[in-house]
Amino acid sequence: MFLHSMMLFFSALVVLFVVVVGSWMLLTRQGHQAISVTMVGISTLRQRLGMSSVIVIGIAGVVAVLVALLSMGDGYRETLDKTGSADTAIVMRGASASEVMSVLDHDSATLIPQAAGIARDAQGRPIASPELVVAANLPIKGGSADDEGSVQLRGVGEQAFAVRPNLKIVEGRNFKPGLRELIVGKGAVRQFAGLEPGHDIRLGNQSWKVVGVFASGDAMDSEVWGDADVVADTYRRGSSRASVTVKLADPQAFDAFKAALESNPQLKVDVSTTLDYFSKQSEDMSKFLTVIGIVVGAIMAIGAIFGALNCMFAAVAARAREIATLRAIGFRGMPVVVAVMLETMLLALIGGLIGGLLAWLLFNGYSASTLAAGTVGKLSFELRVSAQLLWVGLLWALTIGFIGGLFPAVRAARLPVTTALREL
Amino acid sequence: MKYFHLIWAALFRRKARTFLTLVSIIAAFLLFGMLDAVRAGFDQAGNSANGAERLQTGSKLSFIQTLPSSLEARIAQVPGVKEVTYANWFGGAYQDPHNQVFSFAVQPNYIDLYPEIEVSAEARKRFDETRTGALVGEKLAERFHWKVGDKIPMQSTIFPNREGSKNWTFDIAGIMYSRDKKSGGFYDQMFLLHWKYFDETTPYNQGDVGWYVTRVADVNQADRVAKAIDAISANSDHETRTQTEAAATASWMKQLADIGLIVTSIMGAVFFTLLLLSGNTMMQAVRERTNELAVLKTIGFSSHSVLAMVLAESVLLLLLGGVLGLLLAMLIVGGVHATMGGAVPMAPVDGGIWVHGLLLMIGVGLLVGALPAMRAMRLNIVDALAGR
Repeated sequence: MFLHSMMLFFSALVVLFVVVVGSWMLLTRQGHQAISVTMVGISTLRQRLGMSSVIVIGIAGVVAVLVALLSMGDGYRETLDKTGSADTAIVMRGASASEVMSVLDHDSATLIPQAAGIARDAQGRPIASPELVVAANLPIKGGSADDEGSVQLRGVGEQAFAVRPNLKIVEGRNFKPGLRELIVGKGAVRQFAGLEPGHDIRLGNQSWKVVGVFASGDAMDSEVWGDADVVADTYRRGSSRASVTVKLADPQAFDAFKAALESNPQLKVDVSTTLDYFSKQSEDMSKFLTVIGIVVGAIMAIGAIFGALNCMFAAVAARAREIATLRAIGFRGMPVVVAVMLETMLLALIGGLIGGLLAWLLFNGYSASTLAAGTVGKLSFELRVSAQLLWVGLLWALTIGFIGGLFPAVRAARLPVTTALREL
Repeated sequence: MKYFHLIWAALFRRKARTFLTLVSIIAAFLLFGMLDAVRAGFDQAGNSANGAERLQTGSKLSFIQTLPSSLEARIAQVPGVKEVTYANWFGGAYQDPHNQVFSFAVQPNYIDLYPEIEVSAEARKRFDETRTGALVGEKLAERFHWKVGDKIPMQSTIFPNREGSKNWTFDIAGIMYSRDKKSGGFYDQMFLLHWKYFDETTPYNQGDVGWYVTRVADVNQADRVAKAIDAISANSDHETRTQTEAAATASWMKQLADIGLIVTSIMGAVFFTLLLLSGNTMMQAVRERTNELAVLKTIGFSSHSVLAMVLAESVLLLLLGGVLGLLLAMLIVGGVHATMGGAVPMAPVDGGIWVHGLLLMIGVGLLVGALPAMRAMRLNIVDALAGR
């Protein structure tokens, strides 16, 4: 939230800057002078190609790294946020931080779907899916034979598909109830070896057949699904379940549903909408990734600011005679300051655009993975370079350009005319 | 060496420019130091001498699956096993569920297997005698202002007690210290409670064990012992998977993030920019001094010594900035360790990182100095003096 308001503040500053400087340049005499000095500066940029490219490339580097790191946090948050919705609710045993830590006994798991506020299907049954969540060790793709990673294994019934309408089987078929068959998310296929349909994998001392691949575009993509009863049998969970996910009649029905469950003395459960549940899970991690992005970006930005200062001081020194001549024939100090600033910021803008483009080309859609908080499997997610992030990158670039141009500009304007003219 | 003052003077011929370039180099090496500390931290995790002789045995199914406690006696009989203990993940949090605490329910002899942990004999005795006792890490106690003798409430995010409440009470019996302060691991952030108290209080654990920790008599036998332990429960409904602590930690870290890739790509961007920046400075410096270099050659400096002097200048520039940057990184990483303890996987900036850093400084210095130095070497005295 803080970052967001910072961004708005800076955006407003940029707009203000453009409006004030723009109208000053168009409307006043000094402004007209500034335009001509700027044009001279820009037209001679080519003679200082090496110098200018240092600014451009330096800033492009900062922006590319910053945007790439921030897109990691954004992609992670987006994947988890998308997983939840306001019209589905998740019920877990009280005091459980996440599904895998929750245990609902058989009685609770059958009581919960009878509560008020749940949507019903064509046959009049409540759309509620009691599910079991455990972790499974599977060999990692491209690793050695002993290299095992953790994947979240979800035991489900047919209602699991009804509460998640966006989940589709994209390859093969669904598992048959009662058989040791699995369907796997397309993110999990990417991470673990041997999850292609038709393969057999081992969970414990049992062999399971992969029969299909599903896609949902959210955190479920990193999971592996099987029949709830068979999974419970393998993991010695009896008839207990971890959570019940229900489709609400409408988002307003949530309060009634929650109240109904919490007032039931037979149940000790926590109820939240899946939107709440998943966005809470992503909170800490995405904050952490954002902080890393900003720290690394800030250190690089300091380097780039000093690089820009260096180059612009050199540029001003190289043009000392030219600037002194302008001052001698009556140009005022202000237009000179504005011209140098604008030149630096133009270079910074180009650098920012290149950096943003680079980050977008290289990292947009790049898939990364981590052990997600609150789950027990590797969560794969895609980096998302959004328009908003590109704008943040440009703001950083312009800020670097502003600071990097300010001091050389003031130096240029303060140059004593007589000594500068005499200088070789 | 006898030309050192000459090189030094050349470097600070334009103080402002050298200073600005230096700050950029400092920023680059500050980043390098911190990122390399993170990378080394991930690499070294669990890689201690003590870690090599400890084996971890967990369920083959997954890390959340428990094992029967009856395995303890059978593991102890495996030849080569010196000592065995077990623990359960407790999932504790203090006051707010966000304040997660590394908390384990352990057998009393757990501490014997971890010589890295320092506990006074009296604290140990108090812990052994108190059913609801807990040993807490030094940094953890500091963070929550706990003292020995305090009665504290603790939530478990996994296990309710008999009354179905998530609130447990513990008596702080003693403080644990990390024996090795510098790479203390997370021992001073740990919270240990009695497995017996845990097992009796929660209805969700019926004599089950999260994982076993075994110390082997001979490190070279670790592989054989691991296989022998796994063989005990082969083909049962609780098959196990035994790894050395180092291997287990490495596999966790790898799943957490592909740190190597991230660090390398950031460093690539940083050093590319750095190369450009300091290269540009050196180019300017040599171009400006064309006259002076020509004079040097006129009074008898050979082309090669001019080349060497320009190269030395650029290496010196990089070394100055780089050493300052790494010192800064050392301070910051030290500060992070002091405030957050060993919980962050960051190795201290020490020998290995300094060697990497110094090699990089010299390498980058030679690279950026190469072009201007060649230019200076090939300088034609007559043309240069005539200003052509």
